[in-house]
Amino acid sequence: MNDTMSRFRTMTGHRLFWPAAVLFAMLAANTIYRPGFLSIELKDGHLYGTPIDILRLSAPLILVALGMTLVISTGGIDLSVGSLCAISGAIACMYISKQPDQSSIAVVATALAMAMGVSLVLGAWNGVLVAVIGIQPIIATLILMVAGRGLAQLITEGQIITINSEPYRAIGLGHALTLPLAIFIALAAALLVAAFTRRTALGMIIESVGGNSVASRLAGIRSGRVIFLAYVISAACAAVAGFMMTANVSSADGNAAGLWVELDAILAVVIGGTSLAGGRFFLSGTIIGALIIQTLTTTVYAMDISPQTSLLFKAVVVIAVCLIQAPAFRARFTRRRRNAPPPAPVADKPKEQVPA
Amino acid sequence: MGKMRMQSAPWRAAAVLASVLLVGGVAACGNSDTGGGGSKDDGKITMGFSQVGAESGWRTANTTSIKESAAAAGIELKFDDAQQKQENQIKAIRNYIQQKVDVIAFSPVVESGWDTVLKEAKDAGIPVILTDRSVDSADKTLYKTFLGSDFVKEGRLAGEWLVEQKKSASGPVNIVELQGNTGAAPANDRKKGFGEAIAANPNLKIIASQPGDFTRAGGKQVMEQFLKAYPKIDVLFAHNDDMGLGALEAITAAGKTPGKDITIITVDAVKDGMQALADGKFNFIAECSPLLGPQLMDLAKKVHAGEEVPPRIETEETTFTTEQAKEALPNRKY
Repeated sequence: MNDTMSRFRTMTGHRLFWPAAVLFAMLAANTIYRPGFLSIELKDGHLYGTPIDILRLSAPLILVALGMTLVISTGGIDLSVGSLCAISGAIACMYISKQPDQSSIAVVATALAMAMGVSLVLGAWNGVLVAVIGIQPIIATLILMVAGRGLAQLITEGQIITINSEPYRAIGLGHALTLPLAIFIALAAALLVAAFTRRTALGMIIESVGGNSVASRLAGIRSGRVIFLAYVISAACAAVAGFMMTANVSSADGNAAGLWVELDAILAVVIGGTSLAGGRFFLSGTIIGALIIQTLTTTVYAMDISPQTSLLFKAVVVIAVCLIQAPAFRARFTRRRRNAPPPAPVADKPKEQVPA
Repeated sequence: MGKMRMQSAPWRAAAVLASVLLVGGVAACGNSDTGGGGSKDDGKITMGFSQVGAESGWRTANTTSIKESAAAAGIELKFDDAQQKQENQIKAIRNYIQQKVDVIAFSPVVESGWDTVLKEAKDAGIPVILTDRSVDSADKTLYKTFLGSDFVKEGRLAGEWLVEQKKSASGPVNIVELQGNTGAAPANDRKKGFGEAIAANPNLKIIASQPGDFTRAGGKQVMEQFLKAYPKIDVLFAHNDDMGLGALEAITAAGKTPGKDITIITVDAVKDGMQALADGKFNFIAECSPLLGPQLMDLAKKVHAGEEVPPRIETEETTFTTEQAKEALPNRKY
């Protein structure tokens, strides 16, 4: 009895338990509302159903949030990722639209390389502003957040660029092993980041820089370089996410692509248990956070919640997740529950008597 | 180290300030000397225009029309893109007031919340022209005139066409609706006009309605869920072409044929939309013309000269079926 209780407590104490529980609860609520919610069928040789939609649509957010996790872990923040998505998508689509043979693999590869190159340069710009010049990250990346969207519209000349390129479209809508390709791209990125940070010392170095950059530097870690690297990785992730977003609709919209994705990404990171103050980071938590956010959006459409109440609905769910995640809130909650059956611990008593 | 930081602080502050200045477009203030007192003397009209954004092909055609007609009419145009945010528009309008432009024109992002800034413009003696979208201010003297499409009428035309098509339908006809940005005038009005028109036939029922934010990605994402939640969808009414174009992909992925299995009605008639209509993927488009630049410049001159103008001016518009789209497409400007 006591053993199962304590085991239950360790399980609920696990940092991934509550986000996963919330995700599970949302899926359950949807299934009760519409029993077919989780059903998946085979259509044209690939899987088709709402869970697949959620995975596919959350792929860009997962990518952006992975980069964001590293940046936040260094104690920074990257507000420019949404604009970077728009820029990378715009460059790729603009180049492809100008070519005679849009479906040629070479054309698409060149387009992707160009867009990725520019994104890396912009990521390096963020990195230099933060790590070398020492501007506060929120301001440094705000510059590119605002200016970048203008840049994306300059590239597209304010138009929505429609392309007709099968290989490019595959990034957002293609399939492999009956599943959308986007899922595999996001998964590969996650594994890559995980391997680099958890199989080498890089992860611990990033966490130590985020925990205390001066102490890390004195301990022999080149803090500046680590911070710089985090912004470049974040930009690379955002660039790939931008490819997915534009490939999904076969058109580049400099104005709408990746709009507000930076806020969703920050939210995903926070839901995943990484502190905005920097330090320890949790990649798996971030992925669950991104899935929660996409499930929330899909739920609103699937349940046809009226647009006026949907924002409130989202806010309530997000507040609930954040409260459950907050150690202070949880400590209070569990202490009260534990206090109820047995007599109150002696240690608490003097405290209560002090004011009297 | 601590001392080093202290010393570099002013530099950092300067760098931040410089960047913010660059980004905030404060550079535009530099024009205020010429745009201010000078403009009234030389007789050249200065117009400050705040655009919603560049969210669709329609909007960019609208922007181009305004810029071209301003140049043709010899009006100096100060243009601002609000990127779908009301606070950006209010900021831009306040800038124009400070710069003492002769006329302010703007397309409001949303309908409500304009009274204060419009009052400021009125107090500064600068006439305001609303284009394309209206505001819900009770005080109609806050602006001179509203030039734009009648969105209620567009929705009604779309609805009337559907009623005509489905007049022999015996069973229920299930309609799903893709709305524009929540709270935007075209979304509210098109929904209203469409709803009023289809009330003529009780068989026509809107079973779901969600905002797709006037974008292709938005329209697609919402339609994907509609298709899964409602096995029998007969009609899609999208508040603009782009959402309809996004929905096309979702419908095809669900194994249905757009235009046949699901009747698609949209509003706007931009080039990509007209192409879809000519290809038989869309079934009907109620036009919403973005080419109101010439009319706007005429109005600006009249208002500046102190002439009375009617409080409501409609742009000329029509509707398209597949056959009409095939005819009109070669001459389409946007």
